[in-house]
Amino acid sequence: MPGITREEVAHLARLARLELKGEELDHFAGQLDDIIGAVARVSEVADQDVPPTSHPLPLTNVMRADEVRPSLTPAQALSGAPAQEQQRFKVPQILGED
Amino acid sequence: MTVIDLESYEDALATYDPVMGLEVHVELGTKTKMFCGCSTELKQDANSQTCPVCLGLPGALPVVNEIGVESAIKIGLALNCEIAEWCRFARKNYFYPDMPKNFQTSQYDEPIAFDGYLDVQLEDGEIFRVQIERAHMEEDTGKSTHVGGATGRIHGASHSLLDYNRAGIPLIEIVTKPIEGAGARAPEVAKAYVAELRELIKALGVSEARMEMGQMRCDVNLSLRPHGREAFGTRSETKNVNSLRSVERAARFEIQHRGVALDLETGGTIVQETRHFHEEDGSTTAGRIKDNAEDYRYFPEPDLVPVAPARDWVEELRKGLPELPRLRRARLKEEWGVSEHDMQSILNAGAVDLIVATTEVGAPADQARKWWMGELARNANETGRALDELGVTPAPVPAALRFRPGAPPFRLSASAAGFPGPWSRRRSSRRCGSAAAARSPPSTTASGVCPVPACRPRASCRRP
Ligand SMILES: [Zn+2]
Repeated sequence: MPGITREEVAHLARLARLELKGEELDHFAGQLDDIIGAVARVSEVADQDVPPTSHPLPLTNVMRADEVRPSLTPAQALSGAPAQEQQRFKVPQILGED
Repeated sequence: MTVIDLESYEDALATYDPVMGLEVHVELGTKTKMFCGCSTELKQDANSQTCPVCLGLPGALPVVNEIGVESAIKIGLALNCEIAEWCRFARKNYFYPDMPKNFQTSQYDEPIAFDGYLDVQLEDGEIFRVQIERAHMEEDTGKSTHVGGATGRIHGASHSLLDYNRAGIPLIEIVTKPIEGAGARAPEVAKAYVAELRELIKALGVSEARMEMGQMRCDVNLSLRPHGREAFGTRSETKNVNSLRSVERAARFEIQHRGVALDLETGGTIVQETRHFHEEDGSTTAGRIKDNAEDYRYFPEPDLVPVAPARDWVEELRKGLPELPRLRRARLKEEWGVSEHDMQSILNAGAVDLIVATTEVGAPADQARKWWMGELARNANETGRALDELGVTPAPVPAALRFRPGAPPFRLSASAAGFPGPWSRRRSSRRCGSAAAARSPPSTTASGVCPVPACRPRASCRRP
């Protein structure tokens, strides 16, 4: 079994900008363990002659011509933004988390 | 905070060998973004060039720009790289609002081009070979404006504003292998490499590579290794160095800076300032490249299929490669019969292509050279503009020169030929005399174009 540690959960939480309490770290360590254990079962059936894949279809080279297509209007682009200012997406303070 | 004096450059080099890594990002000149059909024109109108793909809206699917891939292959070939037979894009995950998707589509362990080199010429004519690790495809980020802090800096800002017009514009990142053995000339090598790369990119026609406009950006990584040792010291990273001069200065500064830091480290002192350069990209400690790569949790991009460039396509592109800028310069220098010094002036003035274009429409090389390197170059220099921004084009030059085979050197000035040139704004109509002409440097007076900067040239303004 993989054995996800409390420290690894804390590290992942930091990368995901999630603030987890001590008991939550233990809780999620157990859950992540279960998930990884379930996914790891794939390796029981995977064989040398089954190459790993990142896409379900055996396609390559799907490309488009370099031709401009209409963009959204700024109003459309910003329509889903929780906050905006000067026709830009407004986001909270970026630094100051460490 | 301890303030440290910079160790003298020579002192640092007496103890350490500099080992450099250069990462250059080139914004491609495609009409559309890398994964969607939004224009790359970058209008001032914020968020006017976005769509569900480059805004990272749920359900949107990216499709690769064919010219983006073609440009990457051309760059790879020109850098003597292998071109991957099969490669994928990868997601580089990070939390920063400049990418609305929360990841940047890039390439990780399967770059489209790898294992190449670029020969660069140093000022004394020596050729230095820079080994290329890889060139890979990725996308540019949006632009943030920080509000509420002092002078628009991120520190102390209350909030930030995001414009995603630039998000998704194709980038090629070109990474060198560690550059060793340059010693005291490391800064010169860095500058020569970036200069040569810029010329190469322009010659390939894949980008205008204007550093001042951010179309080409350089990260300078530097570590110092004590003479005769295997291990590198901690690495410093200077990001987004945006001029050739700064590339040289950043490398030089870092050699001094790291020298001091290492001396103190061996003495058991912890120097806080060494963190400074690492903080720019959000990493917390120095030189932990592997940890950082893991933290980005790269994985193959499931929304894009692999790129497998057909070998005949690659060979066709190889056949279409232009002459390498370094070799072209050597050939032109020979053909024009100019000295190394004059050739350097022509390069610095950005006049090579203009002179070539002028000869191609029928002007003799020496006259074409004098045309551009005389008053025009001086005016460009004075007004801080590029030669090709003066509104003068090569096409009408032969007529302006009134070139007749066997005729004496031309006498007409640019404005006399009817160009709406930079002179129209000049107030001074002072004409020069032969004495003024005689004071000017020999490389510019021979043209017959009036050598006095303040002179308003006219047909009568001639050298005796
Ligand atoms: Zn778009």
